[in-house]
Amino acid sequence: MSQTDAKNVRVSKMQLSKDSIHQKKILNPETEKGHVISEDFSVFYGNTEAIVKANLSMPAKKVTAIIGPSGCGKSTVLRAINRMNDLIPGCYAKGKLIFDDEDIYSQYTDVVLLRKRIGMVFQKPNPFPKSIFDNIAFGPRLCGIRRKSDLQEVFEKSCRQAALWDEVKDRLEDNALGLSGGQQQRLCLARALAVDPEILLMDEPTSALDPRATSKIEDLIRELRGTYTIIIVTHNMQQAARVSDYTAFFYEGVLIEFAPTSELFTNPREKKTEEYITGRFG
Amino acid sequence: MKAHTRKILDKSFTGMGFMSVILLTLSLVIVLGPIFVRGIQAFLFFDTVEYRRMQLDLFDRGDPEEVKAELDEVWAERRFIYDTIAAFEEQVENEEIENSWEYPEKIDSLNDSLKALFGPRPDEPEPVLPRDRYGETRWDRAQQTFKLVMYKEQWDYSDPSAMGSKVLVPRIDSFRGTTVEQIFPYMEENLEKLMLPEFTFYWQFLTDKSHDIHFFGGIGAEVLGTFYLVIGTMLFAIPIGVIAAIYLAEFAKEGKIVSLLRTAISTLAGVPSIVFGLFGLAFFINTMEVSQSKSVLAGSLTLTLLVLPTIIRAAEEAILAVPKAYKEASLSLGASKLYTILKVILPAAMPGILTGIVISMGRAAGETAPIIFTAAVSVGQPLGLFETLNQPTMALPWNIYNLVTEHEAVDQIRHVQFGMVFTLVLLVVVLNFAAIVLRARISKKLRG
Repeated sequence: MSQTDAKNVRVSKMQLSKDSIHQKKILNPETEKGHVISEDFSVFYGNTEAIVKANLSMPAKKVTAIIGPSGCGKSTVLRAINRMNDLIPGCYAKGKLIFDDEDIYSQYTDVVLLRKRIGMVFQKPNPFPKSIFDNIAFGPRLCGIRRKSDLQEVFEKSCRQAALWDEVKDRLEDNALGLSGGQQQRLCLARALAVDPEILLMDEPTSALDPRATSKIEDLIRELRGTYTIIIVTHNMQQAARVSDYTAFFYEGVLIEFAPTSELFTNPREKKTEEYITGRFG
Repeated sequence: MKAHTRKILDKSFTGMGFMSVILLTLSLVIVLGPIFVRGIQAFLFFDTVEYRRMQLDLFDRGDPEEVKAELDEVWAERRFIYDTIAAFEEQVENEEIENSWEYPEKIDSLNDSLKALFGPRPDEPEPVLPRDRYGETRWDRAQQTFKLVMYKEQWDYSDPSAMGSKVLVPRIDSFRGTTVEQIFPYMEENLEKLMLPEFTFYWQFLTDKSHDIHFFGGIGAEVLGTFYLVIGTMLFAIPIGVIAAIYLAEFAKEGKIVSLLRTAISTLAGVPSIVFGLFGLAFFINTMEVSQSKSVLAGSLTLTLLVLPTIIRAAEEAILAVPKAYKEASLSLGASKLYTILKVILPAAMPGILTGIVISMGRAAGETAPIIFTAAVSVGQPLGLFETLNQPTMALPWNIYNLVTEHEAVDQIRHVQFGMVFTLVLLVVVLNFAAIVLRARISKKLRG
């Protein structure tokens, strides 16, 4: 790409993001409230702008899917919400990212408290090399729950929520790494649920799983909708269509379109979106 | 290259590798074999009645009645020898035999050799030094000493152009045609009755303190000293090393200072141990004055410097090898960085950290040079716990050197020397083996 081309791309990005400012109005103000709202939110890796001034309002107790081709910044958006991007050296953010009326990136934010309220499930199942029980009890113990009976209660509740209870109830003390991939991912889900978060972030939670395990996770997402605000990053457009209420489409760091899922997939407003969902690139 | 040549090259390379492994194993066996075989003899050997008398006197072990009965038994057998010699001495004194002037010297020599074997007679005054109070306590030593009863060492200067050579002359030849002649075949036949050898397992070798600089007793003081040094070293080295490793792996921002630190740590690992010893003397004892003179404390601090690079390196590598996913998972659940390190990263890194620790324990146990100037003495008593703060100690590596090179009767205490080397080697082997087992166990637990 020559220099002038690069300039053009940058210019078009700016235009697009200006358009997307208005996308906050997508939500129905009477029934839906934005749980995580971004205003001109940008993320930089050193000098590279990974997210360009995104304006987005993710509704509470709904499933929002973030789609887009590889490297478009969808994981960056997700990891910005619980500030996991802080772990990457040289990564910083501009603009506002508001959660519960407070800016996530404000200097007064207690990251530890924030992350307790925002759970996360990762791309690859990452249970701790501890027993199944200890994995799920990790969060509650962190919150100061020490009594065995209390822990057990939380354990059973979150295991049931993650449809894991029947499979693990007889092997609490077994090492979590002995579970199958799908079970491990559900364990991670249960672990995140055990701290009773308000938001659940999922970073391509099924990309390492087989179809059966995938459909189980998708069922779970559908069940958890209404209880938690779920934001899911996915490569798989069918999955986004199946599980989400709203879908945001990112392309090269720019939020191209944010709309109710049914609308976005059947009647996209932007040309790029249409090209992507019809498989012309990405 | 043709397939044929490639195959031949491959095969010869495999062969060479195999040969070098075999060579290594062989040299290990050649080095360790004698140490094990002879070292075990410090624990498992045939003792004599003198040994049982010594154990009763010095360590209050055994049944006094039984030992007394045994002593009566052997002295009844030995009496014949001494009586015969006494009668002959009388004859010589009264000049009843030919050439009586030449016998007193021979009789003295014979008596000396008998004393070395049987110890002083019950009617003699008790010698001051414990080593003179008892005859040979070990059956293998007794047989060697008995050889010096039967044969006299003489220097042969018959070849004037060469240096004199030592020859063994049968002592019986000196007494041909006299009454003393008969004691030699008598002793040869009845040696077992005279010494009453019995198989024994002297495990207390590890815990007994030595009597009369290792003529009798065990190596308890050395073992205890080594134990103190290792524990002391670990008390300092583990916290410092692991915390340093956590800092380097988790907190340090890559920069000039940190890379300089890393270089310094690597260099520290290559510094000769004697330099650490001198540094310990100059810094801990002379400058810091942690103790008046050599002490276990000063030695532990010096050894800490020696093993720190090993621990830091092992721990840092182990921490860095912990999958990032664990850290992310923990942080995403709202754990603080410290909590994540303590509850997730350190447990997962534990196998590597432990391996580093146990290997440095072996190192601290076996290292000699650093403790020469800072902690070790040749002769001493086992220390109490609080004496370690200001008292020097005996320790296996230093006392092995000391016993082998500077002891006044190096030849007579070979079993102690080998026993000590064996104990030290065994200690290091056991520690390393423990490291392997521990590592395997924890890894298995982590892997599920």
